[in-house]
Amino acid sequence: MSPRGVVISLVVVTAALAAVPLLGLPAFYESFLYLVFHWIVLATSWNILSGYSGYISFGHGAFFGAGVYTTATLAARYEVPFLWTLPVAGAIAAVLALCVGLVVFRVRRVRGELFALLTLAVTFVLATIILNTPIDGGPGVYLSAVPIPKFGPSVSSTFYLLALALAFATLLIAFVVRRARLGRGLFAIHDDEDVAEVMGVPTYRFKLAAFALSCALAGIAGGIHALFVSYVTVGETFSITVPLTVVLMSILGGTRHWAGPAIGATVITALMYAFTAGDYAIAGKAVVGVVLILVILFMPQGLFGRWRRGDDAAARGVEAVTPSQPQPVAEAAAPDAPRARAPALLEIRDLDKAFEGVQALRRVTLDVREGEVLGLLGPNGSGKSTLINVVSGHYRPDAGGIVFRGREIAGIPAHRIARSGIARTYQIPRPFRELTVRDNVTLAAMFGGATLSRPAAEREAARWLEFTQLDAKADALPDALNLHQRKFLELARALAMRPQLVLLDEVLSGLNPSEIDSAVLLIQDIRRQGATIVLVEHVMRAVLALADRIVVLNHGEVIAAGAPAAVMREPAVVTAYLGAPIHA
Amino acid sequence: MNLPGPTLLGQAVLSGIFIGALYGLLGLGLSLTWGLLGQINLAHFALAFLGAYLTYHLATVGGLDPLVTFVLIAPGFFALGVAMQWLFARFRVSPLNSLLVTFGFTVIIETVIQAIWTADFRRLDSGYGDVKFRVGTLFVPLPELLTFCIAIALSLGAWALLRYTDIGRSMRAAAEDPPIAAAFGVDERRLAYLVSGGAAAVAGAAGLCLALSQTLAPSQIYAWIGVIFAVVMMGGPGRALGPLAAGIVIGVSEAVTMAVTAPSWAPVVSFSLLILLLIARPGKA
Repeated sequence: MSPRGVVISLVVVTAALAAVPLLGLPAFYESFLYLVFHWIVLATSWNILSGYSGYISFGHGAFFGAGVYTTATLAARYEVPFLWTLPVAGAIAAVLALCVGLVVFRVRRVRGELFALLTLAVTFVLATIILNTPIDGGPGVYLSAVPIPKFGPSVSSTFYLLALALAFATLLIAFVVRRARLGRGLFAIHDDEDVAEVMGVPTYRFKLAAFALSCALAGIAGGIHALFVSYVTVGETFSITVPLTVVLMSILGGTRHWAGPAIGATVITALMYAFTAGDYAIAGKAVVGVVLILVILFMPQGLFGRWRRGDDAAARGVEAVTPSQPQPVAEAAAPDAPRARAPALLEIRDLDKAFEGVQALRRVTLDVREGEVLGLLGPNGSGKSTLINVVSGHYRPDAGGIVFRGREIAGIPAHRIARSGIARTYQIPRPFRELTVRDNVTLAAMFGGATLSRPAAEREAARWLEFTQLDAKADALPDALNLHQRKFLELARALAMRPQLVLLDEVLSGLNPSEIDSAVLLIQDIRRQGATIVLVEHVMRAVLALADRIVVLNHGEVIAAGAPAAVMREPAVVTAYLGAPIHA
Repeated sequence: MNLPGPTLLGQAVLSGIFIGALYGLLGLGLSLTWGLLGQINLAHFALAFLGAYLTYHLATVGGLDPLVTFVLIAPGFFALGVAMQWLFARFRVSPLNSLLVTFGFTVIIETVIQAIWTADFRRLDSGYGDVKFRVGTLFVPLPELLTFCIAIALSLGAWALLRYTDIGRSMRAAAEDPPIAAAFGVDERRLAYLVSGGAAAVAGAAGLCLALSQTLAPSQIYAWIGVIFAVVMMGGPGRALGPLAAGIVIGVSEAVTMAVTAPSWAPVVSFSLLILLLIARPGKA
């Protein structure tokens, strides 16, 4: 379905459901549908951060609860009109999420289960504070006296319509976010956060934004729910039920699809209601357990898992255009200018980096001149990869400076370095595994130096896929590529960022001789288009064919620099590679 | 806030140690399957309560000594653990999905408990409940002391097994890098059955301790999840002594908070401690 079609059908379904109160059905139906919408909001909002980015939160109950108690306090104690409390409830939940995120997202280690636990702990801390302060104080808050505006024929239709409107808004947001820059970035974070950052995705800001958005929606749902239940207690509000249920619903439905959690929420709510309402309450609960187990065992991607690929393909369909000739990567120096006198594009001065006492880089000083290919050599463990990691911003240097096009970039976040025009590849390819080859490259074009809009990025991606001869594999997942193709995918991603400087980390290692030849031709092509290249390489034949100059590192220090043939004859270089001569 | 006297404080620390030992014992099995098999087993809590109810039943209906019931319960639980591992291996369940599948089991076990023993609170009246020792000015209740000893024995046992035996070393190797361990002749599948079965048997032991010192109700299964998860992560998944140490740290900090302020403030201290640890702890966590 086209994006437009999705929005239109969402509007139509919502409008149709909005007419339900006019049918005059028993209140029971409205309450049941209210619960369905309620869980759709909670599960879908949870999915915006946790499903898209893979940061599984067990703290959704905390933000839901913050909303519950904001509305309860404002409406019951300060007599704020109910509807006015809802935006406040959302805002408080979002601010709380921002406070947690500002601390937690800064610590690189806190991912996966650590993030889950931390958010769970936040729930308990918040619950205890509310329990022990006048916000609740222990006995719970009664809201039966709060006046409720009447939309439609009865009070229960007020809740029905409010929840319906919020569910519509949440689904729309989830859909838009998923297609937007934010969503693309979150999917990249899901697969490989470090690489996403190096491709120019502002991971920290994106995680914060998604967290705040997700929690604001949960907070509003909490505000509505407070009056729906009309008596709130800490025990009920902050129980493990909310976080556990939203996780279950989302995974059951499928976390990578915007509508997955809503499907899961509908199924589970219906199951719970069907089985726990009647005489078979106990057996019904067991049935829910069995259904859950069976679905996960036989459909580990969730109910919506299968449609994932089709949906991504449908989002495209513009690509029939014949890709034009590869354009210059960037308007750098003319390729045939005398390189020795070309100005320095990258200046590295006295760079130091140590890991727990091991000095990986020691006062490294070198220049990369515009338009040149600089070969970076050295034995294993000499600091080549560390140097690339520091220049691309993955590691912060301990001391020293890195100036790129006249601007100091040492220590600034990796995504800003990427946007300023530096791209890199990984020695062991690190594609985003759940994105197609085309989406991998499109993402780089959207976030890299060029920061293109999505359609422009898709055209750019098509161009580089053709350039690297991956166009036949464009709609495959990276797992379907062989090593040679994955290395080229790394190249295509780097080039789609339109960098001035490309750092190639052992692109040729592991390739067979004919693959090396084609890769060398490709790199020559790239340089002919004006990009400056730093080439970390062990394949000496390729280095000598490609490099204008060579810098040799050993034990983190520069031991030689200059023209390839001369450098390779230097005694220090020979010693570093082969050991000292016996007679020395 | 008023500072309690030394006796009260001592009693608080002691009860903190005891409840911490129970935390550690409940966390031990969870930690082992998490760290060694990559499974987050929510059903561990339900298993422990099933064990507790079985102890209760065998002791009240069958008239057995609660400690003797464990001899009957442990092999059955080991088999349950093996069966569960078979299912996980057969369907290659991912860590996140293991959470969901075991939640399904939790619900099923809860239903079984509720169907057999109803949702009412139950308390085991064994000979142990009323016995208390007096050490100096402090009271030491026997059920808690037993829990403490069982927790220490099992944690130390698991630690020694992992550290000093070939089987334990193979387990750690298989957890670190399954393909390489397999290349060195480690039979990963059999070890996984052993870990899973062992963890389930430990859940049975935790159930025995729950039955001795706590009041039982099916809904209580969920009451322990938060704090035990905290204990496991703080101790480091897969490390046998971790849960006990972390459990005692959290237990004592809770008990002292209760003695110094109001009891309801206790979770703030333990979970704030956890949050700080998670954020500040350098290196592996």
